[in-house]
Amino acid sequence: MNTAPLLAVDGLGKAFDGLVANRDISFIVHHGEIIGLIGPNGAGKTTLFNCLAGFHTPTTGRIAFEGQDITGSTPEAAAALGIARTFQIVRVFQSMTALENVMVGAMLRNKRVAEARERAEDELAFVGLSHRADTPASDLTVSEQKRLEVARALATEPKLILLDEVMAGLNPTEVREASALVHRIHQRGIASIIVEHVMEGIMPIAHRMLVLDYGAKIADGTPAEIAENPAVIAAYLGE
Amino acid sequence: MTTGINISRKGVGTAALLALAAVLPLAVTEPSQQNFLILILMGAQMGVAWNIVGGYAGQVSLGHAVFYGIGAYTSTMLLLTLGLTPWIGALAGGLVAAAFALAMGWPCFRLKGHYFAMATIAVAEIMQILVTNSDALEGAVGLYLPMDQSGWGVLIFLSKLPYYYVILGLLVLTVLVSWAIERSHIGYYFRAIKDEPEAARALGVSLTRYKLIALTVSAFLTAMGGSFYAQKEMFIDPGSVFATTISIKIALIAILGGVGRLMGPVLGAVILITIEEYSRTLFGSTGSGTDMIIYAAMIILVAVFSPSGVLGLLGDLRRHLPGAKPAEVKTSAKEARP
Repeated sequence: MNTAPLLAVDGLGKAFDGLVANRDISFIVHHGEIIGLIGPNGAGKTTLFNCLAGFHTPTTGRIAFEGQDITGSTPEAAAALGIARTFQIVRVFQSMTALENVMVGAMLRNKRVAEARERAEDELAFVGLSHRADTPASDLTVSEQKRLEVARALATEPKLILLDEVMAGLNPTEVREASALVHRIHQRGIASIIVEHVMEGIMPIAHRMLVLDYGAKIADGTPAEIAENPAVIAAYLGE
Repeated sequence: MTTGINISRKGVGTAALLALAAVLPLAVTEPSQQNFLILILMGAQMGVAWNIVGGYAGQVSLGHAVFYGIGAYTSTMLLLTLGLTPWIGALAGGLVAAAFALAMGWPCFRLKGHYFAMATIAVAEIMQILVTNSDALEGAVGLYLPMDQSGWGVLIFLSKLPYYYVILGLLVLTVLVSWAIERSHIGYYFRAIKDEPEAARALGVSLTRYKLIALTVSAFLTAMGGSFYAQKEMFIDPGSVFATTISIKIALIAILGGVGRLMGPVLGAVILITIEEYSRTLFGSTGSGTDMIIYAAMIILVAVFSPSGVLGLLGDLRRHLPGAKPAEVKTSAKEARP
């Protein structure tokens, strides 16, 4: 058994032409953990995701996945290692059906089309979209497209999934369903880091919360600890 | 799912089309008309080959004449210097074009969208100038194939009929390759790259690798079409196989018929070549340049009225007919996005 944590981020920083989006962020994620990542708009949450998933090369610091240094790796290499992600603004494959979208994800582990299709059907069922399998992805509602992205990411058989605002714009019932979905992902042994503004969706299910403000980590603890943290309250309410 | 039914219906349609193509020359015996059919098949073959990279993978090349020319010159030079049969010469031309595609794709695929298209134009233009100034390739004078030989060995014939069946065979081969790609994971990856390249990467798809596969396969098949052109015309020069108008024509055939659809370019070739040939007889030699006017008009018509091509238009019509079963919707207006 590998004793290294699933993900270890150490002193991560990212600057764009002088604009510092992430600065000196360190944290650890264990296998199967649910991590909530919150912070005001512009706090650097999506930038952090992009660094973890290989879309950005960090300016400073290191990222280790299962003990292996993956700093500056490509998105396709990160996906192959087991890091999957969804996008804040959905990016489904418009010209494909829902099922075909998920098949593309499944093909990372199995290039045979028929077997990828079976795998994709399972993942569509997992997110509750089986009845939409043959619908063009462009005809799905935004909420369905977000779930489709989750199914597509899960089809790559990740160890860590990065969910970027999957609950935004959902009604209270849908938020509860999304929370339940995250919990079922956890039950499969997959760790997740969830960027979310919908507190009632994330607080009840997260094992730990990370709070970013102005690109830096200002708090790291259980949801209860975070809710009491003066720095977090200041960041959200202003001083 | 209705996939099984669709495939078998498609299969029957394709078989019927192939049977029709096989017996068509029995009804059309006039050499000039047979020549017209050959031109359609040549156009269709180029379009289907282009569609692999420009349609499925969405990487619009406006420089495919470079592969066409490489194919024509490679097989012809091998025939003239070594006496090598064009059957092998065409394969060699395909390999040279594929290698060239790898070399040009590496830098060009760092560019996206319109910039990639512009780079391919530049590559084709440079190649045309290089060949025009190459003494070894007879420069602007061009190359003549031996007129004193004929038969299947040298692939030179006195009648049109054998050419018809050779190009029909090459078209079938090209469609089969395209079909195999469409059905494999590669076809799914191509469409994913076209729709949302960043999302494709997040699912482990290497953009560079799969774009290079698309361009290389497309280049190989396009070059074989170029070799056939040389055999049929028995004369090639830089202007006839490396010209920008050929690049545009290749792309337009696919775009007109319906990009990213297996038989779209075949339909596109029937329409485009028919218009082209009729305008040629109508305007005669005074009409040199009319083909460019026609291409331009076609591009505008397709862009305005049916970005998914004539096949897309037919699909829309079928869907809106009363009582029609909802057709498989595989396209969106995004498909023709360059």
